[in-house]
Amino acid sequence: MTDIPAPRHIPDRLDKPLRSAIFSWEALLVVVAVAIFAINSFASPYFLDPYSLSDLTFNFTEKGLIAFAMALLIISGEIDLSVAAIIALASTMMGMAVQAGAGTPVLVLIGIVVGLGCGAFNGLLVTRLGLPSIVVTIGTMSLFRGIAFIILGDQAYKGYPSSFAFFGQGYVWWVVSFELVLFLIAAVVYWFLLHRTSFGRRVFAIGNNPVAAQFSGVRVGRTKFILFCLTGLMSGIASVLITSRLGSTRPSIAQGYELEVITMVVLGGVSILGGAGSILGVVLAAFIMGLVTFGLGLLNVPGIVMSIFIGLLLIIVIALPIVWRRLRGGR
Amino acid sequence: MKAFLKYREIWLFAAIVVLIGLISTRFPAFADPGNLRQVFNDTSILMILALGQMVVILTRSIDLSMASNLCFTGMVVAMLNAAHPAIPIPLLIVIALAVGLVLGAINGLLVWRLNIPSIVVTLGTLTIYRGATFVLSGGAWVNADKMSPDFIGFQRAAFLGIPVLSWIAILVIGLFFVLMTRTALGRSIYAIGVNPTASVYAGIDVGRTKFIVFCISGMIGGLSGYLWISRYVIASVEVANGYELNIIAACVIGGISIAGGIGSVGGAVLGALFLGIISNALPVINISPFWQMAISGSAIILAVVLNARGERQQGRIILRKVEAVT
Repeated sequence: MTDIPAPRHIPDRLDKPLRSAIFSWEALLVVVAVAIFAINSFASPYFLDPYSLSDLTFNFTEKGLIAFAMALLIISGEIDLSVAAIIALASTMMGMAVQAGAGTPVLVLIGIVVGLGCGAFNGLLVTRLGLPSIVVTIGTMSLFRGIAFIILGDQAYKGYPSSFAFFGQGYVWWVVSFELVLFLIAAVVYWFLLHRTSFGRRVFAIGNNPVAAQFSGVRVGRTKFILFCLTGLMSGIASVLITSRLGSTRPSIAQGYELEVITMVVLGGVSILGGAGSILGVVLAAFIMGLVTFGLGLLNVPGIVMSIFIGLLLIIVIALPIVWRRLRGGR
Repeated sequence: MKAFLKYREIWLFAAIVVLIGLISTRFPAFADPGNLRQVFNDTSILMILALGQMVVILTRSIDLSMASNLCFTGMVVAMLNAAHPAIPIPLLIVIALAVGLVLGAINGLLVWRLNIPSIVVTLGTLTIYRGATFVLSGGAWVNADKMSPDFIGFQRAAFLGIPVLSWIAILVIGLFFVLMTRTALGRSIYAIGVNPTASVYAGIDVGRTKFIVFCISGMIGGLSGYLWISRYVIASVEVANGYELNIIAACVIGGISIAGGIGSVGGAVLGALFLGIISNALPVINISPFWQMAISGSAIILAVVLNARGERQQGRIILRKVEAVT
């Protein structure tokens, strides 16, 4: 996020493959996830129930979908704070289309196109004008949500067609929701994209050293533009899901999601300075955040208190390896 | 060269004058000195917060937890006031500063001692501090009728025809001006932002300076907590929700580079004033307040575009005065 690259964090596994496989970030996250799962199942008798576990997935699938694209963006050294505002704008546009009598396929298309368009707008501002993404997206965040507020005021759009409800409320098989299936498919697609293609390699290269990447023939601007488009696209898809799940559009929809998505990405082991991270980590972090909020919800802990746990989890999980290294006299 | 340094502030000032001029074509009384004094007073809290955020951003860090800090500290002083109305207001302000300082020091320690990027630390403490407000208050509100008349009246009292709130803002602006232009700490803050590595070689303790910077922004958050609660006379968990981005927006409009090292007290103040004028003028000239977000969003983008131009031309040198001397 700074123009002069700070010293980058190079992943440990480059140096010590075997030891780092055991002490890797993902392993730490698995331990945390299992621990929270165990605590949850002891704390509440309602937790270990297929239907209740299926409800759990709704806590993270929508944000998780955005988190995949955001992970790539943050690995490349940029950030997008406008994702929640894109959701609001796309949802508002879908609401307008509903008032005009649009059917489900048109609504989905509108959600996706608006998301993509907003992402492209961010991408153009960042890459064409060479602006820092954190401020550009603070601006577009106000702009996109502002437009939603101008159109909607204090109203709400309702009257979505019943077939539209499938995306946010439907089940593909027994307790497996459409949202969860989409989340898992996206996880595989993004894993492949980041870890198995030359595009993914370029993303890491840009995050580690944009100047060196440029000189090695990577089109830094174009790659970043694609990443902003992807983040916008995922926000558009998430907007379809959320609007469908809630069955209504308000300008305040998805307020504060941007910080939760970033928390998910950072918790997943993606370095906020760019250059390091994995999709598996983001998937695990999404599960953990779902487990924490759902488990606390079953215990009737209010949402605002849950956020304490998410915040503490974020800081503790990030601090743990650092403290661990210090204690072992690493530095 | 020196005239060039003031370039950004002069342009921002001109933009504000033009803005006021445009508004007064629709509503002449807006440019009235009495009304402008009112706008200044309305914007005081944002200006104070923007200055606190400025010192953090100058060191290439960011403090996303300021609004949550404000919310928590505001709740602490409001509850103290409701429980013990006898506590004098100056003591409450000292308490607010101290509570804010502690919250800021937690951020600072995590950034300094554990080397966690500030955006991650304050993303965490943003939710923790607001959640802590809920735990502290049990979700209850503190209303105007529970606050003592002194608590509400203190910042509204006029001194030389100007409310105390405005005086506090002027005092804070003055303090920050001295800090940034006349002290070694201010110089270190700029130096770290311009080049952290060179700062280390120049003998600046980068980690400790960042810690101090977070302590400053914490104290500012705490002070604003009291000011906010006594101004809007309600303390709840929702206070200033999402306001952290308004504070950063004021800094960005004021020409403070998010990449660190560039920015001035005047810029931060003018950036906040710009946002304050927009929010004050919209209802007056019969534009729906729902337009406010879109307008300030466009203003931010425009400001960033202009800033980026300026930065590219000027390079990243800020201590020109020193250069000129040597």
